[in-house]
Amino acid sequence: MSNSPITAVSNPPVQPVSADLGPRDLKRRSATLDLPPPERQLTEVAKLIDVSKCIGCKACQSACVEWNDTDPGVGENVGVYENPGDLNPNMFTLMRFSEWVNPETDDLEWLIRKDGCMHCEDPGCLKACPSPGAIVQYSNGIVDFIHENCIGCGYCIKGCPFNIPRLSKADHTVYKCTLCSDRVAVGQGPACAKACPTQAIVFGSKEDMKAHAEERIEDLKSRGYENAGLYDPAGVGGTHVMYVLHHADKPHIYSDLPDRPEISPVVETWKGAVKYVGLAAMGIMAAGAALHGLIAKPSTVKREDEEHAEALVEEAPKNGEGV
Amino acid sequence: MTNAWTDIKNTDLVVVMGGNAAEAHPCGFKWVTEAKAHRGAKLIVVDPRYTRTASVSDLYAPIRPGTDIAFLSGVINYCMANGKVQWEYLRNFTNASFIVKDGFAYQDGLFSGYNEEKRDYDRTSWDYVIGEDGFAVTDPSLQHPRCVWNLLKEHVSVYTPEMVERICGTPKEKFLKVAELISTCSAPGKVMTSMYALGWTQHSSGSQNIRAMAMLQLILGNIGMRGGGMNALRGHSNIQGLTDLGLMSHLLTGYLNMPTEKEPDFAKYMETRQFKPLRPGQTSYWQNYRKFMVSFQKAMWGDSATAENDWNYHYLPKLDVPSYDVLRMFELMYDGKVNGYICQGFNPLLAFPNRAKLTAALSKLKFLITMDPLETETARFWENHGEYNDVDTASIETEVIQLPTTCFAEEEGSLTNSGRWLQWHWAGGTPPGEAQHDTWIMAQIFLRMRELYRKEGGAFPDPLMNLSWDYADPNEPTAEELAREINGRALTDVMDPADPTKVLVPAGKQVLNFSQLKDDGSTMCGCWIYSGCFNEQGNNMARRDNHDPDETGAYLGWTFAWPVNRRTLYNRASADLSGKPWDPTRKIIEWNGEKWTGYDVPDISPTAKPEEVGPFIMNQEGVSRLFTRGMMRDGPFPAHMEPFEAPIPNVMNPKMVGNPVSRVFVTDAEEFGTSAEFPYVGTSYRLTEHFHYWTKHNRVNAALQPEFFVEISEELAKEKGIEKGGWVRVWSKRGSVKAKAVVTKRIRPLVCDGKTVHVVGIPLHWGFTGAAKKGFGPNSLTPFVGDANIETPESKAFLVNIEPSSGPEEASA
Amino acid sequence: MASSSDIQRGDAIHPGDPVIVSRYTTPKRINHWITATSLILLALSGLALFHPSLFFLTGLFGGGQNTRWIHPWIGVVLFVSFYIFFFQLWRANIPRKVDFVWAAHAKDFLAGNEDKLPELGKYNLGQKVVFWAMAALIVVSIVTGVIMWDQYFATATAIPTKRIAILIHSIAAVLMICVFIVHVYAAIWARGTLRAMTRGTVTGGWAWKHHRKWLRDLAGHGRIDPAE
Ligand SMILES: Nc1nc2c(c(=O)[nH]1)N[C@H]1C(S)=C(S)[C@@H](COP(=O)(O)OP(=O)(O)OC[C@H]3O[C@@H](n4cnc5c(=O)[nH]c(N)nc54)[C@H](O)[C@@H]3O)O[C@H]1N2
Ligand SMILES: Nc1nc2c(c(=O)[nH]1)N[C@H]1C(S)=C(S)[C@@H](COP(=O)(O)OP(=O)(O)OC[C@H]3O[C@@H](n4cnc5c(=O)[nH]c(N)nc54)[C@H](O)[C@@H]3O)O[C@H]1N2
Ligand code: HEM
Ligand code: HEM
Ligand code: SF4
Ligand code: SF4
Ligand code: SF4
Ligand code: SF4
Ligand code: SF4
Ligand SMILES: [Mo]
Repeated sequence: MSNSPITAVSNPPVQPVSADLGPRDLKRRSATLDLPPPERQLTEVAKLIDVSKCIGCKACQSACVEWNDTDPGVGENVGVYENPGDLNPNMFTLMRFSEWVNPETDDLEWLIRKDGCMHCEDPGCLKACPSPGAIVQYSNGIVDFIHENCIGCGYCIKGCPFNIPRLSKADHTVYKCTLCSDRVAVGQGPACAKACPTQAIVFGSKEDMKAHAEERIEDLKSRGYENAGLYDPAGVGGTHVMYVLHHADKPHIYSDLPDRPEISPVVETWKGAVKYVGLAAMGIMAAGAALHGLIAKPSTVKREDEEHAEALVEEAPKNGEGV
Repeated sequence: MTNAWTDIKNTDLVVVMGGNAAEAHPCGFKWVTEAKAHRGAKLIVVDPRYTRTASVSDLYAPIRPGTDIAFLSGVINYCMANGKVQWEYLRNFTNASFIVKDGFAYQDGLFSGYNEEKRDYDRTSWDYVIGEDGFAVTDPSLQHPRCVWNLLKEHVSVYTPEMVERICGTPKEKFLKVAELISTCSAPGKVMTSMYALGWTQHSSGSQNIRAMAMLQLILGNIGMRGGGMNALRGHSNIQGLTDLGLMSHLLTGYLNMPTEKEPDFAKYMETRQFKPLRPGQTSYWQNYRKFMVSFQKAMWGDSATAENDWNYHYLPKLDVPSYDVLRMFELMYDGKVNGYICQGFNPLLAFPNRAKLTAALSKLKFLITMDPLETETARFWENHGEYNDVDTASIETEVIQLPTTCFAEEEGSLTNSGRWLQWHWAGGTPPGEAQHDTWIMAQIFLRMRELYRKEGGAFPDPLMNLSWDYADPNEPTAEELAREINGRALTDVMDPADPTKVLVPAGKQVLNFSQLKDDGSTMCGCWIYSGCFNEQGNNMARRDNHDPDETGAYLGWTFAWPVNRRTLYNRASADLSGKPWDPTRKIIEWNGEKWTGYDVPDISPTAKPEEVGPFIMNQEGVSRLFTRGMMRDGPFPAHMEPFEAPIPNVMNPKMVGNPVSRVFVTDAEEFGTSAEFPYVGTSYRLTEHFHYWTKHNRVNAALQPEFFVEISEELAKEKGIEKGGWVRVWSKRGSVKAKAVVTKRIRPLVCDGKTVHVVGIPLHWGFTGAAKKGFGPNSLTPFVGDANIETPESKAFLVNIEPSSGPEEASA
Repeated sequence: MASSSDIQRGDAIHPGDPVIVSRYTTPKRINHWITATSLILLALSGLALFHPSLFFLTGLFGGGQNTRWIHPWIGVVLFVSFYIFFFQLWRANIPRKVDFVWAAHAKDFLAGNEDKLPELGKYNLGQKVVFWAMAALIVVSIVTGVIMWDQYFATATAIPTKRIAILIHSIAAVLMICVFIVHVYAAIWARGTLRAMTRGTVTGGWAWKHHRKWLRDLAGHGRIDPAE
């Protein structure tokens, strides 16, 4: 136990910083072309969610609601345990339940996964965002939405490989898990990790979390979960929210967790090629027209054209006659 | 709990059976997670439903509700047959070797002495053979055919894996896997912990369920062990405190008994209580009963309680029936025999069985007083809420008075957790609106009643007039004052028994613990088992030292555990006959040649020699009981009994209905359904998202689980044409509810005695007040019958029918 | 006669010096300018989101939030106005054989040797291409635009659909802006054209030069005002 990593229960999990995370800590900033490097390199953090330890109690969900002071609303039962039915602007995290019969053992497994922002190292949301500074990534890896800069376009929703951000009808900005950046800034772990009774959620430096995951995976393997493993998908450069999965070879059985998440090629094209080609095309077009206007002479109507017209009119039958 | 929450991390095997620890005790469940993560412990779950606890288990086995005795007897049989027994423990620390009277027998599901008319047993044959020396006769070789061990062997021999499958519906292979894993814990270096709650208690044979597991634990040598034990997971944050402080009609504080009509005077009362040892040299701690009783009486009536008046013994009510439990009170109310009812922190309309009967009963009261921070359904039982509470308001004449109280978080005091820890807490907020602390309200009722008696007199005012009430502010005793009173103090100088010239406790000082209590009126103590909680060292319940030398999980400096800060009961049994720990890595205490030393407060006199004094000092035998003599109404061994409403007849005796000695009121007997009419087994339970009927008033919880539902298997859904998320109607002989359907693989049909049995799971958190959607809960359906020993209602196994339906109708305006 | 379809309501010749030819009625012109204004606003607001270097354009609309909500609504206006226009003009924009002959000699057109070209109806192929291109791109824009309009239609389609929609929308926008540039430039380059949209008329000479067949048809059909 002595070498087990520092978790949310033993605050502070990472060094507290002197003040809130702010502009000088930004590693990435949406729609910002030349961002200066962050002034200080904070320890890279990660939240590790051990699905095999999770009892689906939703304490994390309620802690999240309490800490962020949201009101997800009272819905209805549609025959499942997920409530609210989906993530929403007031519910940043959601326990997803899937009943899976293991084809090898024929035993039922109830896979319960805490869904929420993965805090991707290469965040698709940030890539998609058109508004400067609406999405930022701090040097500790946390991806945060800065609501005063958000214009509510919903591009981040399309950019995210995990279907996370949700647009609020109330203030037209987008919400998602902040990884409790406000708590982390002052050396506290996320509210959900703090509330988790089984320590299925732990929080600390990414390095510690990976080490902790190793221990957990070893334990799971000893219990016959040969494919136990860490979900830290390389397709998005790794994540700052990671899962320990008993069946890491098939993430999709955990309520459609993407097997190999990456920023969609469509999004990459849209935010890449289309931008360059598009700007170039419009530029060339405009410049071409301007140039043509300068060099070529305009097409002008000559006097004789007018005369031809007059002559034609003279010859023509008058109004009404020939119709 | 015999052990503590924190101790569970020390186990090798957790068996959650008869409970759903992850959902109902998520914070405590973290210790299971610890054991799994850091000790490689395994988790077995045996439950009719694949629960959230099962979702993190290593092994899950389904079981038909109400058949745990068969299952556990099967495991005992398996262990006995395969020699998976902690023999040394068994021989020395249990009554396996005690010889039982010849008259004792078991046949056709019944023990000797049954009287069908009285629905009771004559229990005289259920006892040991007593030798001429006055002690019980034993055969340490376990050869005697009438010794407990051999009788038990015979008793459980019918519970073969096939029989278990036949009764419980548990597939044989699954059962065998469970039995095998459990049996590995007979090794002295391996322990198992049993975590249970209502899945075992809420049956007409609930106490016997627990007995069965306790016996198994003894056979495996797991009681008293670090990481072992019988761990009842208590419900409300202070429900342990409730029973400890005797808030049950047949109890006084500290498990002293309420006198009965058969005990008109103090001498008679004491006669049957100061148990003499049944084996030489044993402690039989209840010998001290008189000290605790007199100290209690002094706490109640102060100076007016004297030796001459038997410490006001005549002030105590004398029970004419075994108890005035909730079921009986409502039965009396239903019969029009109760005028007024005070519901303090209690919502019986949703919590107790047969809502139609409860509503009828409440309607017959002259007045109902509720003391509650929330708008409970009980307080609103007269209000029409359409189908959700379809009453004829105009015809109800009960006057309802709602007194708003604070919630536990808004007051100072202590809560006793399942591990018997008395944990002090401080007020987290000021009372909102008109709310008052319960203590204030209680004090006002008392003071004003006393005033009325003083002015107007009454039938028997003495107990009230003489009640000791010396608080700084009589209008509102403080939590500290009450705690000090509970701890007890010397009224006159208490002398040292070893040196009568020395003052042990000067008059007016708090006693150290109950060992200083006297039966001569020189001490007072509100609740002897709590004594030590607030002594001259101060408020021990407020201690928060979380040091844990060698990480044993004992945390002796953290709050206070009863008795005398002991963390593991029977911890003497963690060491062998010579006082050496069975498992050195799990040492709790050890005999060092002179005294017991170690990590915990020894559960034995610190100088009691290991070979002489047995570990179970509360028992006359000094050992634990595989055979309980006449102490349980329904048998000295657990035997399979069906629930009162069962899908199949009892395979041991098809004519036997339910528990043959459970109390059944006549009108309720008519309201039991048959499996022909009601083919499915209903079971009720809680969900982790809600706490009973409180949290539906909270928008966060309401968001997390908004609406009443029932859970059924995919097979039953298909059979009945029920859709996931659709409305269904579920009804029993007593009532009908409507709910959304959760169709799941987690409940599966069981085959019992050749018949397919479908289970309908019914969570209990919804009613017609609060923030969540209106709903019903299961108690419109449940039967009005309880356990034979303790009257806990049979909420976990009853019969229902189900069909697709439309949604319920709201009240019109 | 096929080419008579080129004659639209309100087209008429007004004898004089020069001869004036009515090409667009006032409602048509108003509509065209609504279309034009919307498209410009759409391009500006769209481009503001298209690339960070153009985000400053949101300033024109009172900030990002306003830009975001107003853009699709302008899109709706564009769609409606353009399609009213569309149904008035579509017949005259059906490409004909002659257009291709004309197009094959487009060099001459640019060089100002229009006499070497066949006589044209109301519109030349370039204009027709603009017409149809806009017609198509506006449909594409509104369809994709609605798909990505999260304020109202967030749940109507799945995210992968939205991704494709936004990709197409931005490509369509780029194309439209290019077409727009061509269109406006052509209107400026071919002197005398702009008045068609400012005043609704062109001179007879302009019509003779660019759309002689249209002029002949008008004359042939007696679409001539009585001389004043
Ligand atoms: N979240 C939450 N926690 C709570 C409460 C709450 O309301 N909400 N209430 C508290 C209170 S007061 C109490 S008493 C405890 C109760 O705690 P538990 O007893 O753990 O809770 P239940 O959900 O009533 O029942 C437990 C399980 O017993 C199973 N069961 C039913 N019948 C049988 C049977 O015959 N055999 C076996 N083996 N299992 C059976 C049910 O399927 C269910 O999963 O919970 C406490 N904790
Ligand atoms: N079918 C079925 N029925 C069941 C069960 C089941 O499993 N199945 N479980 C049973 C069990 S184990 C239990 S414990 C009961 C629970 O039954 P109840 O104890 O009746 O239910 P609670 O909702 O816990 O009611 C407690 C009330 O206390 C109030 N309260 C809280 N704090 C305070 C306080 O400080 N002072 C006062 N005065 N009031 C306070 C709360 O607001 C609440 O209304 O339900 C039982 N009913
Ligand atoms: C016809 C109806 C149209 C609709 C409903 C529509 C809708 C949208 C929507 C919803 C967005 C996302 C931003 C926002 O919510 O404001 C958007 C972006 C955009 N629109 Fe439109 N639009 C339409 C027409 C046009 C037209 C005609 C153009 C350009 C000529 C255009 C150019 C753009 C551009 C450039 C973007 C930004 C794309 C990017 O960031 O890559 N839109 N449009
Ligand atoms: C500043 C912007 C614009 C200017 C100066 C402009 C100018 C003109 C002029 C002068 C004409 C008359 C040409 C003729 O009759 O031969 C015309 C026609 C036309 N314009 Fe524009 N226009 C502008 C914007 C637009 C836009 C944004 C659209 C459509 C999206 C558009 C669609 C058309 C159409 C369809 C015609 C009729 C030609 C045809 O049907 O082929 N214009 N415009
Ligand atoms: S709080 Fe922890 S155990 Fe509970 S649902 Fe969340 S992650 Fe799972
Ligand atoms: S909705 Fe806000 S955060 Fe998301 S992409 Fe648009 S501006 Fe950025
Ligand atoms: S999960 Fe989605 S919202 Fe979260 S950082 Fe990654 S891309 Fe952004
Ligand atoms: S990290 Fe914070 S914001 Fe994110 S899910 Fe947890 S509590 Fe909610
Ligand atoms: S009562 Fe509170 S602390 Fe205890 S288990 Fe339930 S949620 Fe946890
Ligand atoms: Mo309970």
